[in-house]
Amino acid sequence: MDLKLFLSAAVIAGTPLLLATLGEILTEKAGNLNLGIEGMMLMGAVMGFITAYHTQSPFLALAAAFLTGALGSLIYAFLTVTLRVNQQVSGLALTTFGTGFAGFLGQKYVGLLVPDNVKAALANVKIPLLGDIPFIGDILFNKDPIVYISYVIVIIIGIYLYKTRKGLNLIAVGENPAAADAAGINVNLYKYVHILIGGALCGLAGAYLSLIYVPAWQDNIVAGRGWIAVALVIFVTWNPYKAIAGSYLFGGLDILGFRLQKFELSIPQYFLDMLPYAATIIILIIASVKKSKKNLPPTSMGLPYFRENR
Amino acid sequence: MYRIAQKTGVSNKQAALYRLIGIIGALVISSIFILITKKNPIQVYASMIKGAFGSYYRIRSIIIRAIPLAITSFGISVAFKLKFWNIGGEGQIMMGAFGAALVALNFPDLSKPVLLLFMAVTGFVFGGLYALIPAIFKAKFNTNETLFTLMMNYIAIKWVTYLQYSAWKDPNAVGFPKIADFSKNAWLPDVFGIHAGWVVTLVLAVVMHIFMKHSKKGYEISVVGESVNTARYAGMNVKKIMLEALFISGGLCGLAGMIQASGVGRTLAVTTSANAGFTAIIIAWLSRLSMPVMVIVAFLFAAMVQGGVFIETAYQIPQAVTEIIQGMILFFILGTEFFIRYKIVPVKKEQGGN
Repeated sequence: MDLKLFLSAAVIAGTPLLLATLGEILTEKAGNLNLGIEGMMLMGAVMGFITAYHTQSPFLALAAAFLTGALGSLIYAFLTVTLRVNQQVSGLALTTFGTGFAGFLGQKYVGLLVPDNVKAALANVKIPLLGDIPFIGDILFNKDPIVYISYVIVIIIGIYLYKTRKGLNLIAVGENPAAADAAGINVNLYKYVHILIGGALCGLAGAYLSLIYVPAWQDNIVAGRGWIAVALVIFVTWNPYKAIAGSYLFGGLDILGFRLQKFELSIPQYFLDMLPYAATIIILIIASVKKSKKNLPPTSMGLPYFRENR
Repeated sequence: MYRIAQKTGVSNKQAALYRLIGIIGALVISSIFILITKKNPIQVYASMIKGAFGSYYRIRSIIIRAIPLAITSFGISVAFKLKFWNIGGEGQIMMGAFGAALVALNFPDLSKPVLLLFMAVTGFVFGGLYALIPAIFKAKFNTNETLFTLMMNYIAIKWVTYLQYSAWKDPNAVGFPKIADFSKNAWLPDVFGIHAGWVVTLVLAVVMHIFMKHSKKGYEISVVGESVNTARYAGMNVKKIMLEALFISGGLCGLAGMIQASGVGRTLAVTTSANAGFTAIIIAWLSRLSMPVMVIVAFLFAAMVQGGVFIETAYQIPQAVTEIIQGMILFFILGTEFFIRYKIVPVKKEQGGN
């Protein structure tokens, strides 16, 4: 197996995971566990595809996916933040809805391909200089524009979370909303903004699948990747930089079994498929045993914030 | 300015009215999607109802769909009462079905009652143990159970996939890989034309209701769920109660898996759980953890799916529309919970409320 080709494919398989993971990191940092990732990815995937198909515009397609993801998460945000409904149930309802939404709108498009000019616009572009680095250049810097956008988003989120006052406020909202509220932070506004951006990134992740990874419309195109993203957030301990490595690792695992078949290794594909989930559980356990604050979920995650009960 | 205050004294009748308004709202919004297909929404809804309840055969099929949903909801709600967010029903169903299959395939010649009982107990124990793993970590290290149980689902599904496509693949089956069918002794018998799972469901609804509301254990579970500190102060062994409750929770899910494998699939398959673990979470929540209500809600959910299957053939409307309607109804009902529990009170400016 050509290692360079494999790693290159792992980056592509990992990119939708990376985008969704970044979205969920923002959401969870605000104290909300959104189990609707799978649904929002499907919504973004179908709207991105349909828009690309009818308008032939890659920009409009990506914008549509972005907005649809945000719209999906708006429902979730309204339920969990304003109406204080149980987060798990709301997220699952969103996944149900998103699955129906994509299945319904996408039915007429099953098997159709992404228009050629959209495909061309989203084709690989080699970055000068960086793309010429031996080995790494081709793997990381000879890719489609969305991969580059994902790098930029990682850096922006990294700086935002760790170097800005607003990022610090966000962490406070997730850790202790009552204290954040007392300190004059608008808790609900923070939650809304980050849940919405998180949903938008999930929508973009879905569009990556339908416009670049596949690139055609097929039923259930997300195929469980949204749940892998839920796992990844924990695996990378809510850290956007680690999310890059984690996503490519899980992306690699996703295609590894497929490639190993050629070599008739004795590890069945099924056990390789289990690895992301098993690894996530182990990370979860280690973090809780060590009680290392850094690697634990945001303290208020999953709990609605009742100002009146403060 | 306004603030939100807890509301008390909402009668069940009022609450039911709110929910009804919620459902109607959901149907109105869902109509938009039906209008896209240039069909008349009212006609479509009417035929969904007809398609769901129109004949004995269809009602029978609803009941068969409702059985695993109801039993899994019972299981899930035991954990939820404890505020242990067990979203691993899917995996626990699979492990229960796996346990049942292990027995059915290895002892095919036991007499029917013995074999079925053996399968049910094994299914319960396997499901229970599978839920016990995250519970132990929660009790010992406070490991996040939502994420843990979620991950366990996928491991169980991959495990059954491995069995179906590789280790237990029936060499005699042509075409699609499947596990060999159970022997006839391992099939649940029919009672009035429907497999006996419905009797189990009704019995469990009563037993579990009494267990949760009127037994010491059930009381302890609800105290721990309300306040761990109160429970400790009262001298309860919180960890032990959590482990016991989760064993029961997973066990019931496992039993649902055994019933599906034995009564419907006649074998273990990747499709045995069919998303019941996730749907049950929603059912348990909508029923506000009341077992008898869960039976009704599970029936209605199953009816909706059945109606969706019908309109797909009758109107060529994609079956996915039922998922849209389901999602909408959930959004709306979840939303109405707010208006049942809270009221919005205006606050005068000088009080400094914001």
